[in-house]
Amino acid sequence: MRSLRWRIAGHALALLATLFVGGLLSATLVRLAPGFDVDEQELDPHLNTQSMQALRDARHQDHNVLRFYFSYMKRAAHGDLGTSLALGQPVRTLLRDRLPLTLRLLAMGLGLAWLLTLTLALSAAWLRLSVYDTLTTVVSGTFLCIPAAVLALLSVLWNVPGSLAIALIVFPHTYRYSRNLLVKAYSRPHIITARAKGLGEARILFWHVLPVVAPQLLAVAGVSVSLAVGAAIPVEALCGLAGIGQLAWQAALARDLPLLVNITILVTLVTLLANSGADVIGHMVRGQEA
Amino acid sequence: MSLWRKLACVALALVLGASVAANWLAPGGYARQYREATDAPPSHAHWLGTDEIGRDRFARVLYGTRISLLLAPAAALLSTLMAALIGGLAGYLGGAWARMAMAVTNVFLSLPWLFLLITARALMPLNVSPLVSVLVTFMLLGLLGWTTAARVLCTTAGSLRTSDFVRQARAAGIPGQRLFWLHVMPNLKPVLYAQFWISIPVFILSEANLGILGLGVAEPMPSWGSLLRELEGLVSVGEEPWKFVPLILLVVVVTSFQLLLSKQEEVAA
Repeated sequence: MRSLRWRIAGHALALLATLFVGGLLSATLVRLAPGFDVDEQELDPHLNTQSMQALRDARHQDHNVLRFYFSYMKRAAHGDLGTSLALGQPVRTLLRDRLPLTLRLLAMGLGLAWLLTLTLALSAAWLRLSVYDTLTTVVSGTFLCIPAAVLALLSVLWNVPGSLAIALIVFPHTYRYSRNLLVKAYSRPHIITARAKGLGEARILFWHVLPVVAPQLLAVAGVSVSLAVGAAIPVEALCGLAGIGQLAWQAALARDLPLLVNITILVTLVTLLANSGADVIGHMVRGQEA
Repeated sequence: MSLWRKLACVALALVLGASVAANWLAPGGYARQYREATDAPPSHAHWLGTDEIGRDRFARVLYGTRISLLLAPAAALLSTLMAALIGGLAGYLGGAWARMAMAVTNVFLSLPWLFLLITARALMPLNVSPLVSVLVTFMLLGLLGWTTAARVLCTTAGSLRTSDFVRQARAAGIPGQRLFWLHVMPNLKPVLYAQFWISIPVFILSEANLGILGLGVAEPMPSWGSLLRELEGLVSVGEEPWKFVPLILLVVVVTSFQLLLSKQEEVAA
């Protein structure tokens, strides 16, 4: 129990440190990006010299990266994430409006991916037929060789939901590891003995195989969240789904850096939480098994 | 060598050969417009038809293949060198250096790869010349793609640091810098080669993703990514199947790499 608490504290600390370093890195990149100090308002012919100087003075504090970053953090702590340059709306509102769709898409995509992964991996481990194994490997290998954006385009052409495209992008990565883990687990001596003694497949799976492979499968599940978030960008952008992925793509095309930095921090938070959660649950499973 | 690996070698050699011979196979070039035949289907004059502004699709596929196939290894070389320097050195030095390097690596790894790419690409100017866009795209891949390799190299270099031969060399009075370049780096070579080859298909796919999203190589320069953007305009899959040729080529090349790399991945692990 104590080691679990230490583990959670360690993850929380690592999360905060990564967010701090990641945010600082993003702020530095934004500060150094070409066109950072350019304001279109200065092109307004109605502005006099004093007004122009006032605009420049207002931006002056942003010149120092650390001051720029800390003033951003201070505002963020009060819930002000700034305003999108391209869309002219508060970043907080944009994120709040689009987050539910992305979360739904990711949940469905990940659910489908894992259903496909476990079905194919378990059947490969149960059947132990080289033809079936080759077939599933070829199918997953083929999806691995197709760019995520092409799968998103094909999902539009075939009129299938975006969550299926996400599932097909994530599945080849998770299948490979899961299949190897399960095949290895099923070839352990105690499983072979249990089979020889006539134990049912369901009992072998839930009592002897899953407890052994659960920590590693959970680790892969954590990584699959990161893969799904990455896949959400082309899927949402090309399928016309108004989520965070599409927002990130629009921000990238419009070089809307304030919006992009906030999305970067949000995505980092989601992926780190997923990985940390997977690790903590894996630790708990290992502890129970011991 | 298995039959599949031989086939993969032949496929890669054919595709690479055709792309290198693009000047002879498609002397018209990738930017020449045939205004009398815009969006034309395949014919004797244009084997894969023309695009919506009348450019020969076959020529564009060949030149695009050349760009993707020649620059992806260049980006892989850059990322491998960075990984060797950052990961190798951090692993060799150990202690706080290794922890610091791995913390930075973790920051990069915590972001989804495609997300990191589009964020970094957006920080660069988007309206640049086609040649600059090619260099920016592939340099970005190289500069951001070192993290996974660095982690592997840090672990390998860390185990080499505590190995007997390095300890003996240190005891014999060989200075640290010399020890790193003459004894540690040569032993990292197999992992470096493996990481280099593994990165190539990853970068090919990443460029394709960036290209389709409009953040890759700029027009009129072709690349697999920009060629695949044509699929966006399709109404059905069977309508103009010749538009799928760049995708088929990409899948063949990446599959060939995967077949050849299965052994390299074992070394990298």
